[in-house]
Amino acid sequence: MLIFSIIAILMLATLFASILLWDKGRRSFILAVRSLWLHRLRAFLSVLGIIIGTGAVISLMAFGEGSMQDALDDIRRLGANNIMVRSVKPTDESNSSKRSYIAIYGLTYTDFDKIATIPTVTRMVPMRIFPQEARRGYKSVNSRVVSTIPDYMDIHNVEMKSGRFLVSDDEVLLRNVVVLGSELANRLFPFENPQDKEVQLGTFFYKVIGVMKERSQGGVSTEDVNLDAVIPIATARARFGEKIFMRSAGSRSAEKVEISQITLTVSETEKVRPTGEIIRSILENHSKSDWTVNVPLDRLEEAERAKERYKMLLVLIASISLLVGGIGIMNIMLATVTERTREIGFRRALGAKRRDITLQFLIEAVVQTSVGGVLGIGLGLTMVFALPFIAETFWDARIPAKVHFESITWSLTTAVAVGVIFGIYPSRRAALMDPIEALRHV
Amino acid sequence: MASVLKIIDLAKVYALESVMVYALKGVSIEVEEGDFVALMGPSGSGKSTLLNLLGCLDRPSNGQYFLAGQDVARMEDDQLSDIRSRYLGFIFQQYNLLPQYTVVENIEIPLLYQGAKLSSATTDRCTGLARLVGLGNRLDHRPMQLSGGQQQRVAIARSLVNDPAVILADEPTGNLDSRTSDEIMQLLSKLNEAGKTIIMVTHENDIASWAKRVIRMRDGVIESDVRNDKPTVAIDGDTTTLQTELLESLVLNRNK
Repeated sequence: MLIFSIIAILMLATLFASILLWDKGRRSFILAVRSLWLHRLRAFLSVLGIIIGTGAVISLMAFGEGSMQDALDDIRRLGANNIMVRSVKPTDESNSSKRSYIAIYGLTYTDFDKIATIPTVTRMVPMRIFPQEARRGYKSVNSRVVSTIPDYMDIHNVEMKSGRFLVSDDEVLLRNVVVLGSELANRLFPFENPQDKEVQLGTFFYKVIGVMKERSQGGVSTEDVNLDAVIPIATARARFGEKIFMRSAGSRSAEKVEISQITLTVSETEKVRPTGEIIRSILENHSKSDWTVNVPLDRLEEAERAKERYKMLLVLIASISLLVGGIGIMNIMLATVTERTREIGFRRALGAKRRDITLQFLIEAVVQTSVGGVLGIGLGLTMVFALPFIAETFWDARIPAKVHFESITWSLTTAVAVGVIFGIYPSRRAALMDPIEALRHV
Repeated sequence: MASVLKIIDLAKVYALESVMVYALKGVSIEVEEGDFVALMGPSGSGKSTLLNLLGCLDRPSNGQYFLAGQDVARMEDDQLSDIRSRYLGFIFQQYNLLPQYTVVENIEIPLLYQGAKLSSATTDRCTGLARLVGLGNRLDHRPMQLSGGQQQRVAIARSLVNDPAVILADEPTGNLDSRTSDEIMQLLSKLNEAGKTIIMVTHENDIASWAKRVIRMRDGVIESDVRNDKPTVAIDGDTTTLQTELLESLVLNRNK
């Protein structure tokens, strides 16, 4: 796309350079600019369509691009080569009336081992995630325990603020160590360095070995990832077991889940989807539908298709508004040609050929639409920079906007093209006038 | 003197609906270099048609037309444009200046269509001509800031810029009061003295009296063709300076 805008810029530059370096063209250009300046209001009104059209395209493009980019970034953060397999609590069922009900569902280590045999899977990170109160002295925070293996760091783009992440020895030796999310660390240790301090999770104490940097929310998830407490999965199995009791809103529930989530990386992007299919077929034999396979690549491509559709829509809007703008230009050019019939006559008498007249009026049309295009770009950019600012100051809302360089070059090119296309008919009409008739015109 | 313009049996027929209108019914004129011809006649006499034909703005239905040795009667539109820009200068009743251009830029127009490269030399020529017609201190003015007489002077300078073989003037004083008309006619007369060939359409006898030759037309034919032995002449009759100035300002063109 960039190459196209470079070509477009070069073409525009050549066009204007050849007009300005060529004497007849330069005189016509000067005449056009002076005529525009002479009839400022009329010129402004006649290019208003172009101005608004261009401005709308630039700003809509920027706002659309901005929000789409946000969504795409969210998905990309999950990794295009990754597949997320999650345990889902089944939405049944009749035996919910049982008093001591323990929900048993989800992925098992057997599933994990089966999935590990797929050759395209290069890395697997199992996670056992459950809510748990984290305590430090009298302070307690509703936290989320993420028990996992050291590879979690890579696959979830964890960066450390201080200390270290899990290492494989932590797993082997069942160490009671924890890595805190930034917000959790803040709440438990508001005034001290948490490094090497102890935090209580369940009935055991865990030594803080590091604090993660703040991470942005993964889009759809409602949990605050910055409240995570990451511990080795082997430790979690040994200390918490697979049955987890939870108290919430006055009721107690328990569930038995072996693995909450497996994030796995596939060797090549093309193999992501087939691998997802294989995993699905492996998990088909669960008696309940207690799992989901989430392929970010699908969502990424879907979002990209949505983006393309949005672009197409914008192109449509742009073409309609530029068509309207072009008709405005044609209208005013036809009026100009009639108004300046005598000028056409005496120019012909003074030696102008038909094509000289055609070019003169074409240049005028192009100058008008280019001025309109430039003003429209100004309007669009103003909106792109002013609206988010206003929204942020008055409503505290964030409007993501991203100005696309291409949208600027394209709207300018289109404005010039509109000038040429809608200028042709009036210019031809001017050129085909009989010089004698034109001279006699009052 | 050599003839610069020669028409033989020139005719023009217009088809108006189903009626054929014979605007010009076989006119033959030969104009010599340095002549000053007044073309007169009532409206409908064919003098405008003749001027349009002489100005290469129209093509005759019949007959021959030689301008500066070239047969232009059957030329294509683009070729006629070339002939106009090379051999003809036009002066109109309504001056026909571009309001957006300055005096110098207006004078420059014919050079553009001649395909000349604009340079400091061409600008010098245009300012020289502006001085020649007495507008040396108005070079950067726009036509709107000038009086009618001054505007017509700009038009005269413009008609000279391509050093034409013939200057065609269509009622050059038609929009001016008598005093300004007099000034313009003096200027034309001086230019003629300096060697320029002028053909002028007019319907006023005292304007025609400046010319050396008066052709009267009626109903598409020449009624009379009289040499005026005692044309009105410019009062401050020092034409030699003008002549040298003119030659100097046009020297660029000659060497082209």
